[in-house]
Amino acid sequence: MMNLSLEAGFALNVALLLMLVCVGIAIAATRSLLAAILLMGIYSLVSTVWLVVMDAADVAFTEAVVGAGVSTIVLLGAMLLARGDTERHDWRRLVAPALLAAVVGGVLIYAALDLPNFGDPASPANSHVGRAYLEAAQHKTGALNVVTAVLGSYRGFDTLGETVVIFAAGIGVALMLGFGPRATLPAPPDVMGDHHVVLRVTAKLLMPLIALYAFYVQFHGDLGAGGGFQAGVILAVAVILHALVFGLRETVLAIPAKLARTLATLGVLIYAVIGLICIVNGGGFLDYDHLFASKVEAMIPPGLLGDPDGAHHWGQHFGIFFIELGVLLTVAATMVTIFYGFAGRMMDGGAAKR
Amino acid sequence: MHDALVWAGGGLVVVGALFTLLGAIGVLRFPDVYTRIHAASLTDTGGASLVLLGLTLISGLNAETLKLGLVWIFVMLTTPAAANALANAAYGSGHKPRIGTFQIMPAAQPDAATVKEEYGGESK
Repeated sequence: MMNLSLEAGFALNVALLLMLVCVGIAIAATRSLLAAILLMGIYSLVSTVWLVVMDAADVAFTEAVVGAGVSTIVLLGAMLLARGDTERHDWRRLVAPALLAAVVGGVLIYAALDLPNFGDPASPANSHVGRAYLEAAQHKTGALNVVTAVLGSYRGFDTLGETVVIFAAGIGVALMLGFGPRATLPAPPDVMGDHHVVLRVTAKLLMPLIALYAFYVQFHGDLGAGGGFQAGVILAVAVILHALVFGLRETVLAIPAKLARTLATLGVLIYAVIGLICIVNGGGFLDYDHLFASKVEAMIPPGLLGDPDGAHHWGQHFGIFFIELGVLLTVAATMVTIFYGFAGRMMDGGAAKR
Repeated sequence: MHDALVWAGGGLVVVGALFTLLGAIGVLRFPDVYTRIHAASLTDTGGASLVLLGLTLISGLNAETLKLGLVWIFVMLTTPAAANALANAAYGSGHKPRIGTFQIMPAAQPDAATVKEEYGGESK
């Protein structure tokens, strides 16, 4: 994607990393939590640019949506529940933590000196497993995007673990903050008048586009950057945008908290059941080559949908498709559940304060 | 011809970046919330439009043009809406526009109260 000369790429990297350092220092220095949260959003945006420069578009997606979008909103919600500034500490109390941070940072920098260069073809990660993936992934799984092939097929079990981690995180937040408001919230007093008409019209235009883009990222993940994780967070952003502009009450009417947590569970279930079907048909867990029983596979005509070398790719195609669907459901629904948890608290807390 | 287009496009990208820089300076230098929002949003849309136009000239007429056009529409939709929301929120929370004449450069040492008032302390 990026065709930079070596020097230009180096200069860009240095500039972006310097910006990250500046923003990091500003985050540490500011005493306003609001400013710190917004600066963290900026930090995420700069990292996104940096990840794009590093050709890691899949990660850049997630960083942009989660780092700059969802987590900023969730942190703002947490800030509204707590107090908006931090205490001024005596500098003597900061000496020990600062020393510890400096030592750990120094050790990390010293360790990083031994790492191979970025994109070094002779590095261990690139010369053994990585090379094998690059050479065989497309042929064995039929997915053009090697990231998707590795994530969905080769490392399917790890990805199941990641999906369960996200699910567990959502459940953990929900257990602490509640699963969000019930569907029967009282109508808010009409204090705003019609001031937000511009915002509402814009949001109405944008929400379907965001959702559409999420599905593009989902179903195009075999071919280009993206996949279930990215699509899930983008889809969740559409819901959160609706809640921000139209109020939580309207959103909960459209997507009840119960539906969100049901979908989050369903996603993990779909993923795990796909793995179990593979076992039933004589393969290993998540071994998609055995996703279809041999009789079913024999019925699929060879060469259908641009799959020239036999029906074996069908299992891979459908396996990756379904586990990505499971990931999409879990990630999107978990993000919405977490947001509901904070936003529901905000409504209660906000009412109590007033 | 192609070279000329690339140079013109590059020039537009640089001008757009300068616009955005002007906006950043404006955000720091202008006296109150509303003028700052005005500086940020106008230069953001203008600068982004110029950069996108420059990129279109560089890439030539192909599928990229359509994508850049879509990005432009997105920017033209969101930035003014965000500025509107920001100004709305500022008005709603009781920020008053500062009307009158100001010293652009603070005379000697500004005292702490002035500094606090200039940098977001005016909500109290």
